[in-house]
Amino acid sequence: MNENAVNSIQEQALDPKDFQIQGADTASAELFARKPVTYWRDAWRRFFENKLAVVALCLLIVITLCTIFVPIFSSHSISAHDLLNRKQWPSAQHWFGTDDLGRDLFVRVWAGGRVSIIIGVLGAAIVAVVGCIYGGIAAYFGGKVDMLMMRIVEILSSVPNLLVVIMMSVVLESSSIPTLLFAMTVTGWCPIARLVRSQMLQISRSEYVMAARLMGVSPLKIVVRHMIPNTFSVIIVAVTFRIPGLIFGEAFLSNVGLGVQPPNTSWGALSSAAQSSLLYYPYMMFFPALLIALTMLSFTLMGDGLRDALDPKLRR
Amino acid sequence: MAKFILKRILYMLVVLFCVITLTFFLVHSIPGDPITSMVQDLPIETRDLYLQKYGFDQPLIVQYVKFIQQLLTGDLGQSLRYPGRQVVDIVANYAPVSGIIGGIALAIGFAVGILLGIIAALNRNRWPDRLVMVLALLGTTIPTFVFAAVLQYVFTVTVPLFPTTGWGTWGHLVLPVACMCVGPLASYARYMRSSVLDITNQDFILTAEAKGVSSFRIVSRHIFRNSFLPCITMICTSIAGIFSGSFIIESIFAIPGLGKYFISAINDRDYSVVLGLNIIFTGTYILSILVCDILLAIIDPRIRIAEEN
Repeated sequence: MNENAVNSIQEQALDPKDFQIQGADTASAELFARKPVTYWRDAWRRFFENKLAVVALCLLIVITLCTIFVPIFSSHSISAHDLLNRKQWPSAQHWFGTDDLGRDLFVRVWAGGRVSIIIGVLGAAIVAVVGCIYGGIAAYFGGKVDMLMMRIVEILSSVPNLLVVIMMSVVLESSSIPTLLFAMTVTGWCPIARLVRSQMLQISRSEYVMAARLMGVSPLKIVVRHMIPNTFSVIIVAVTFRIPGLIFGEAFLSNVGLGVQPPNTSWGALSSAAQSSLLYYPYMMFFPALLIALTMLSFTLMGDGLRDALDPKLRR
Repeated sequence: MAKFILKRILYMLVVLFCVITLTFFLVHSIPGDPITSMVQDLPIETRDLYLQKYGFDQPLIVQYVKFIQQLLTGDLGQSLRYPGRQVVDIVANYAPVSGIIGGIALAIGFAVGILLGIIAALNRNRWPDRLVMVLALLGTTIPTFVFAAVLQYVFTVTVPLFPTTGWGTWGHLVLPVACMCVGPLASYARYMRSSVLDITNQDFILTAEAKGVSSFRIVSRHIFRNSFLPCITMICTSIAGIFSGSFIIESIFAIPGLGKYFISAINDRDYSVVLGLNIIFTGTYILSILVCDILLAIIDPRIRIAEEN
C-alpha cells in the first residue's frame, strides 16, 4: 500500500519546475510597474489641469504669433502715411482703424506688441540670469562676501524702481530697445537675487544636502544636482510674475515720452498717442489698451498656474 | 530698542548718501552740458556766462562738494529752465496736492482692500471670494493709464457727473482718487486674503474654536490682528509711493502735483529739478521704510529680537 502510493506519486512525475514562481523573480521585483512620476511630470500635469492657466498660455501664444507674423504678411505698412484715410474708424479695410496720419492701426498694434513682448520676456530673462548668478554667489561664499553683496542689493532696492527707470532713460537719452531693457533691469534683478540667495541657504541647510555632504559628494555636484534644480521652480514663478511689471514699465515710459520713438511704436506709445483725441476717436486707445491688459492678465494667470503646479505647498 | 533705532537711522543716512551721490554723477554724466541741450544757437560768450553762473565750468568733484554743502543747508538747487525757481519751493507748492490725492486714494484702497480680503478669505471658494479675486486680478493687471482713460471717456461722454481734468473743487478729486486707489485696493485684497487664510490654518485658531470662542471674536481678535501685521509692511511702501506713484494720473487729469511737475521737468530736460525731486522722492521713500521698520519692531517683538541677534 505504502509502496503503491509512493509509486503513484512518482508516476505522476512531479516536476520541480512546476513549483517555480512564474513571471516574478527577484530581478523583476525591482522593476517599475509603470513610468515613475517625476516632479516635473507631475508639475506639467498639474499645470494643464488648471484651465485658466492653459487659456492664458494659449492666448499668449496667439498674441506672440500675431506680433511676429501680422506685420510681415499684412498688405499695410507700419509707417506708410495715407493722408486721405486719416482717423478712420475700424472697417473691413482697416480692422483697427487708422491713426491721425492715416497709418493702419491693425499693423501698428501688432508691430508695437513686438516691443512690449520682447521687453517683457527678454527683460525677465536678464533679471533671472543676473539675479541667479548674484544670489548664487552670495549664498555660496557666505560670510563677509554675502553680507557685502546683500548690503549692495539693499541700497539698490531702496530707490523706487520707477525712479531708477526714469533716471536711467533720461541719462541714456537714446530710446532704443536695448537702452530701455538696460534701464528697466539695472536694479530689477535685486528681488530675484534675494530670492535665490534665501532659497539656496534654505536648501543647503536641508537634510538631504547634509546627507549628500556626508557621503562625500563634491560641492560642485551638490550645487548642480540639488541646489539649482530645487531653486528652479521658485525662480520660474518669480520671473513669470516680473513680466507684467516690465511690460507695464515700458508702457509707462512710452506714455511719458521716454520710451520708443516714432516711427517705431509700442502699446504704451500707441495708447499715449491716442490719449489726446480719446474723446473723439476712442478706438485708437481701445485696441492697444486691451492688448496691454490682456497680455499682463495672461502672464499673471500663467504665473498663478505655474506657482500652483510647481509649488503645491503654496496652493490655496 | 534705542540701539536698534539708532542703527536703522544711521543705515538710512548711508543709503541716502549713496543714492544722492549716484544720482548726482548719473545726471552729470549726460553727454553735453544742460545749457546747450536747452538752447542750441547761443553765442559762445553768453553760454560761458551761463555755465559760470550755474558753476558748470568747474570740475565735477568741486560741483559735487558744493552740491552736498547746499543740500546740508536745505537748498536743493534751482531750476535751469525757469531761473529763480527753487526746487524747495516747487516741493512746497506741489507736494500737498499730490499728498492729498495719494493720501485719500491710499486710505480708501487700504480700508476697502483689507475688508474685501477678509470677506474673500472667510467665504473661501464661494461666490464672494470668486468675485473679489476676479476684481483684484483685474485691478492689478489693468494699467492705471488705461483705467484713467476709460474713466475720462465715460465721465465726459456718457455721464458728465464729475470734472475730468483740473484741480480746485472736491469734485476734481473723485476720478483721480478712483484711479489711484484701484491698484492698492486690489493688491491689499489679494494679500490680506492669503494672509487670513494662513492664520486660519494655525493651531491657535483651532484652540480658540475648541474653547468655544464666538466666531466673531475669533475673526476680530485672533485672525484680524495676526493677519494684519504683514500688511503694515505693505502700507509703508505705499505711503512712500504717494509722492512718486502718481506721475501718470497727475499728467492725465492735469493735476498740479509733484508727479506732473517731475514729468514735465524730464521733458524739459531741466536736470537740476530732476535731480532735486529725485532726492526728495527717494528720501521720503527711505524715511517711510525706516518708520515702518521701527513700527514693526515695536509691534512685533519677534522682529526686534531677530534684528538684535
